[in-house]
Amino acid sequence: MHELTVARRIVEVCAERAGEARVRRVTLEVGTLTCVMPEALRFCYEVATRATPLEGSELEILACPGRSRCRRCGREVTMFDLLAACECGSVDLDPPSGGDELRIRSMEIEEMS
Amino acid sequence: MCTTCGCSDGALPRLTDPATGEILTLDTAAPPGARATPPDGASDPAAAVAGAHGTTVPLEQAVLAENDRLAERNRAWLAARGILALNLVSSPGAGKTTLLERTLRNRTDPPSIGVIEGDQETQFDVERIRATGCRAVQINTGTGCHLDADMIAGALDRLAPPPGSLVMIENVGNLVCPALFDLGEAAKVAILSVTEGTDKPLKYPHLFRSARLMILNKIDLLPHVDFDVTACIAFARRVNPDIEVIPLSATRGEGLDDWYAWLNRQRDDIAGGHRPDRGEPSVARPLRPRAG
Repeated sequence: MHELTVARRIVEVCAERAGEARVRRVTLEVGTLTCVMPEALRFCYEVATRATPLEGSELEILACPGRSRCRRCGREVTMFDLLAACECGSVDLDPPSGGDELRIRSMEIEEMS
Repeated sequence: MCTTCGCSDGALPRLTDPATGEILTLDTAAPPGARATPPDGASDPAAAVAGAHGTTVPLEQAVLAENDRLAERNRAWLAARGILALNLVSSPGAGKTTLLERTLRNRTDPPSIGVIEGDQETQFDVERIRATGCRAVQINTGTGCHLDADMIAGALDRLAPPPGSLVMIENVGNLVCPALFDLGEAAKVAILSVTEGTDKPLKYPHLFRSARLMILNKIDLLPHVDFDVTACIAFARRVNPDIEVIPLSATRGEGLDDWYAWLNRQRDDIAGGHRPDRGEPSVARPLRPRAG
């Protein structure tokens, strides 16, 4: 659904920067607390890249977890999803920092001969 | 064509102004200069860079940067006019339009309220809203599953809400995608009806995390459905500890006073921070339910 919008934006941004070059790989940071599903994004990416300089390119997804602190015991909690709990069992956590990334880090393009 | 959900390239979102009958595709909805311009930068083709320095091109660009930029532009436009804009999100059938109709019919004095309706198809909702005497425009997203900031820029341009007014944006009924797209609103309001199930805030945590207020609608049906209000609120606060909650019945009226009071508080916040560039200062007037 929204993954298609995301995939199209990736193609727009990368194709514009790539110019004449073919894109081999796009590296994307995706926070684990965003509502973007990597599997759905890969599917949409394949569709969105057709007949573009990105066709056939690899989409590398780097998962970025959020970080929070337990309000009961003070431990740091790494949040892989919004329903994460602390080791102590508490789900009363500070609002997470990070985990909401949706960022194109880089792309790899073919050398121009 | 996306074979997962049927999204396609072909259908452009349409904006309908029922007052004039004009239907515009959102690419051309606004006059030149009033709308989005492509982002700056993207100057040197990366191919040239790659030839000289290798093949990895750093981009460091947020995927939704363009939407976020347009959303901030909408937010600044609204703030400069002291306009409170709320983004109403829910699954289809939770009662967004009914709550809006009720709110619009109950208001007895300014501030004026403008409505932006979002649906994939039909003018049904905008006609319901217009029947209350309120100014409204309809965005049809075609196969799109959410509104975005560019659509709202076009709709605001057409709606032309007066300074100090309230703009209600009724998003496409969907508990997933609207969470990701900032429209420039002051706050999202999530509406969950008690017929949908107690566990929805945990099943769709992103939407409830992004909302300032959760309205529990259709509480008149509580005797007939298996819904645990206390547990639902606890679930919502697990994903969003600061979320406010108002249980109400948009059809029977129970709890609506709390909703109006909440709206007034949001308006006061906007009016308090409002420094109009020009024109008369906005005065927050209370939104009072009509007696009887």
